[in-house]
Amino acid sequence: MEVNYWNPDVETLDRGQLEALQLERLGNIVTQAFKTPFYQKRLSRAGIKSPANIQSLDDLRKIPFTVKDDLRQSFPKGLMAVEMDEVVRIHSSSGTTGIPTVIYYTAEDMENWTNILARSIVATGCTSKDVFQNMMSYGLFTGGLGLHYGTERVGMTVIPIGGGNTRRQIQVMKDFKTTVLHVTPSYLLHIHSKLAEYDTTIDELHLKKAFLGAEPYSENTRKKLEELYKIDAYNSYGLSEMNGPGVAFECVYKEDMHVWEDAYILEIIDPATGEVLPDGETGEVVLTNLIRSALPLMRYRTRDLAFVHPEPCKCGRTHWRLSRIQGRTDDMLIVNGVNVFPSQIEEVIMSVPEVGTNYQIHLTKAGSLDKLTVRVEIYSKMFTGELGELEALRNRIKDKLKASITINAHIELHEPGSLPVFEGKAKRVVDNREML
Amino acid sequence: MAKQLTIFLENRPGRIQSISKVLVEHQMNVWAFTIQDRGEFGLVKLVVDKPQQAQLVMIDEGFACAMKEILAVTADDEPGNLAKLTAALLEKNVNIKDAYGFVAPTDRKGICFLEFENPDKVNLEEIIAAHGFTILTDEELYEL
Repeated sequence: MEVNYWNPDVETLDRGQLEALQLERLGNIVTQAFKTPFYQKRLSRAGIKSPANIQSLDDLRKIPFTVKDDLRQSFPKGLMAVEMDEVVRIHSSSGTTGIPTVIYYTAEDMENWTNILARSIVATGCTSKDVFQNMMSYGLFTGGLGLHYGTERVGMTVIPIGGGNTRRQIQVMKDFKTTVLHVTPSYLLHIHSKLAEYDTTIDELHLKKAFLGAEPYSENTRKKLEELYKIDAYNSYGLSEMNGPGVAFECVYKEDMHVWEDAYILEIIDPATGEVLPDGETGEVVLTNLIRSALPLMRYRTRDLAFVHPEPCKCGRTHWRLSRIQGRTDDMLIVNGVNVFPSQIEEVIMSVPEVGTNYQIHLTKAGSLDKLTVRVEIYSKMFTGELGELEALRNRIKDKLKASITINAHIELHEPGSLPVFEGKAKRVVDNREML
Repeated sequence: MAKQLTIFLENRPGRIQSISKVLVEHQMNVWAFTIQDRGEFGLVKLVVDKPQQAQLVMIDEGFACAMKEILAVTADDEPGNLAKLTAALLEKNVNIKDAYGFVAPTDRKGICFLEFENPDKVNLEEIIAAHGFTILTDEELYEL
């Protein structure tokens, strides 16, 4: 497979030099951090009196974590390290709580971010010959403008069409022979369902690649889109706190996402204890932004769960790879000290045909121990009336759960349609444990 | 052969009522019922006068409801008849999974419903008839 680099020196830098570069840039960021009221207080309370206290990458662990609420509490200027007239760009996420998370960028920050994106885009095999149709919304959201700048930097032909208007999207894809899309998976599925209506076949399009994003999607969805459109679709990772898209991107081999470690320091921690986990273990992604001076963020807890692969990639890049996001810490349950995700339980339930897809997870205390009860519904069509089969079913679910989450769960069988049905983001967990 | 409906119910107040309400609404008559209790849930077994229709109605109402064939055996209400019946089955090594019986007050006939482990393995009807018992057909049963 053909492998192209944007910054070959940095992308293939040996680990020792890469870490030296990280340390040098970390020093700059700590210096910036000391210019903000937020970090002045936070760092001095942690015993870090000046940037000189950070002498090695291990010293990073002395720096306390920063969380999303810190950003909100610091709104508007508590985390700003430069004067407002140096800021050339603001991005913001409205969030669900009403207080926005606001990110500031200087001209140099924009330059750094744009280069990281250009590197990501070239890693997927794009060249200046590609025609890029950006179906993401422009505006305060970092996704639309981020990829716009990155693709333009690569020299691609950029069509800033934004989201919506399917008829026009299809017409533009045909008129300009678009080769690369940036789109949400759900919208790309929707477009496919409309092709016939607009008298268009896949073969009339010239698509080669798609960058999917802005919403969670499964590996199956990616594969489905790749087959429907005969394209390669690339997973990527980013968040506005870390500038936006381009923190990690898949290369042409599509075997998980290279984290651009000269720009971001990645740590995976146990979300319960804050301890840094050994490589390969799943935990919360913690990132330090090394390339933004306007709003320095160090050891930022993303609440995303993933693991890292330290082994080298066929593409020759030395930057470690991050797995797909496995879940959110917000969803994670700790049951007798074991981390459990409702999605793991769901997967087991979905694999058992005798029970319906609706379920509930109950947590209670039995003495000092946690008791996990999974409530499932009998699926009428598979019901035989045999008591023995029901007992066997219960044991089968219990065994499968034990294999998946290592916990002995109590399985409760319920009548069809008796468990509450939840719309959208299902709240399937009922935690009745009293906090100690 | 007689038909038995098995309905899955959670073990909490009002669940049996939810079934009997449906049966009343559809004017169905219950000949016999029993409950296998398993703590959090139970299986209600019903012999009704219109089993096929009743199963459709129950499924329609959202119940998990299965139908299976069982044997309805009848004999005069005399001491020792149940022992004779079970001895005949033991002779052929037939395992009874579940059984429930009653005496019809009008003609003092004992009726026993029998659920078997592997009903196809031996010719149950023959064994039972050979020992002087009568197996009720659907029609006979529902005309009781």
